[in-house]
Amino acid sequence: MKNRIQKKLEEDKKLISIYFSAGYPNLNDTVPIIEDLEKNGVDMIEIGLPFSDPLADGPTIQKSSTIALKNGMGTDLLFDQLKEIRKTVSIPLIIMGYFNPILQYGVENFCKKCKETGIDGLILPDLPLDVYQDDYEPIFKKHGLINIFLITPQTSDARIRQIDGASDGFIYMVSSASTTGAKQGFGEEQDAYFERIAGMNLKNPQIVGFGISNAQTFEQATKTAKGAIIGSAFIKMLSENGTRGISDFIKSIKPIS
Amino acid sequence: MTYHANEKGYYGQFGGAFIPEMLYPNTEELRQNYIRIMEEPSFIKEFQALLKDYVGRPTPLYFANRLSEKYKTKIYLKREDLCHTGAHKVNNTIGQILMAKRLGKTRIIAETGAGQHGVATATVCALMGIECVVYMGEIDIARQAPNVARMKMLGAEVRSALSGSRTLKDATNEAIRDWINNPVNTHYIIGSVVGPHPYPDMVARFQSVISKEIQSQLLEKEGTSNPDYVVACVGGGSNAAGTYYHYLDNNDVGIIAVEAAGKGIHSGESAATSALGKVGIIHGSKTLLMQTQDGQITEPYSISAGLDYPGVGPMHAHLYTSGRGEFISVTDDEAMAAGLLVSQLEGIIPAIETSHAFAIFDHRKFEQDDIVVINLSGRGDKDLQTYIEYFKL
Repeated sequence: MKNRIQKKLEEDKKLISIYFSAGYPNLNDTVPIIEDLEKNGVDMIEIGLPFSDPLADGPTIQKSSTIALKNGMGTDLLFDQLKEIRKTVSIPLIIMGYFNPILQYGVENFCKKCKETGIDGLILPDLPLDVYQDDYEPIFKKHGLINIFLITPQTSDARIRQIDGASDGFIYMVSSASTTGAKQGFGEEQDAYFERIAGMNLKNPQIVGFGISNAQTFEQATKTAKGAIIGSAFIKMLSENGTRGISDFIKSIKPIS
Repeated sequence: MTYHANEKGYYGQFGGAFIPEMLYPNTEELRQNYIRIMEEPSFIKEFQALLKDYVGRPTPLYFANRLSEKYKTKIYLKREDLCHTGAHKVNNTIGQILMAKRLGKTRIIAETGAGQHGVATATVCALMGIECVVYMGEIDIARQAPNVARMKMLGAEVRSALSGSRTLKDATNEAIRDWINNPVNTHYIIGSVVGPHPYPDMVARFQSVISKEIQSQLLEKEGTSNPDYVVACVGGGSNAAGTYYHYLDNNDVGIIAVEAAGKGIHSGESAATSALGKVGIIHGSKTLLMQTQDGQITEPYSISAGLDYPGVGPMHAHLYTSGRGEFISVTDDEAMAAGLLVSQLEGIIPAIETSHAFAIFDHRKFEQDDIVVINLSGRGDKDLQTYIEYFKL
């Protein structure tokens, strides 16, 4: 049976995906934000499990993670908030976070909870490919979870092929050598990178993340890629306008198709 | 059984490289090259020459007469406090700057807590004429003003880490983020045996000059290259790794690690990672670390800024869980008293980090003919303000 992520990737359109930190801006905003995003035509959601030391994140997501933790967000609480999410939401849901909280929860236990909750995939930037394959792949698969790997402009072709071979959903294509929210706009370097990857004819579609903040960067990123993920720009909007700004923000990126 | 790292950077179950893909090319370049470069004759020659003429090595192995009399055992001090810049840290920064040059890097970044590693990094960058950026927590910048001034005088840029708790852990996060944003021209000089593979092994190898010298110096003085015990304080664990290195697989030599208990292990203000930590991932390494039940990394506390780290190098995590190393926790008060005692018995004011190691004699007994080598990892000048306030001098 196909996972919700795989089915979504078969749709004939460019996908818009949103990342936000669970428990931000307010502890109980997690579910309303997810429901609102789906209503406004978002195709897929990355729910950020906040971590005290988010190495790959810039100031915006560091701050939203810190506030979410201060609000009292935690692993058990997140699963508790999400337990009825599949009654109202049908788009793919991915949990994105760092590996340590999951290690403490117990990887098997975490994956089991994901399945019960209706989570479709995981993005864990600091769980490396070889460790995943050696220790955790069977557990992820048993619970129907797709593990999504990152590539960057510095990733070698050989390693991209290796990651493509290990993936069965999409490849998270980091737009530039940077932490999240660092770059403003894309230049020639990104265009060349997007074309290089498109030319590799990978078996997995690619979704671009990092540096997507408006209609222009969304369009640029999805010229060759299947979709794009917006994180920091969405969180910035939330901190300025709160949840009532969601509809206008999504419309400003991509009109509902 | 070996207590050294395997080729994937694991010490038993600890170590590895748990890093985001953005850092993969950087660490992979280092992993593929570090041993080859360290074994090149031209590298060895340059490294040895700088250790001798610039750092002032070999550092003496000094028989501490009055301390030995007091504790009724034979105590030797390995005088790393006499290294240029005042601590063992420079052994590693010399090695890494030479490594960075051979890898064609033109920019250096580093993290620092108390500022000792930052000063040692700024020093070698000045020596080589390479741009240097040191990340330091905003709180540490405020409480370590002399070292901040030293780094600036040496030409380094000191950047304030404003995230999280604004101390060493966060300075390390900021340095890693800088490396993600500057993957091609920049080398990250990590100051301890922490971080992703190959750092713990590479830093331990650069610091291993300490135990190598102990072997030959002890042979000259005692007719044996094996002491009964080697003792060092452990924060991240670089001076300890260097002190133990050539004895790791030699069971005739006991290994003693001294951690900072702060105000007491169960006071809620402690940095005794072996006692309080659980297996987890910090700064790209699987090791013991202080964390909440939910896996959020917590803030350690010690009067010594150099031991104030929530994790510990994977080598030490393995020494602890395997039982090869004996781990002792020493409180602020015990360490300060030991620092004062060493000052007055031997005429040497130790760094507060090192003072922790001297406090073991109140925790365990040694035989009269035991040879105990303590690594005197740093001098106390940088800590005068803390000593002044503590003892109302």
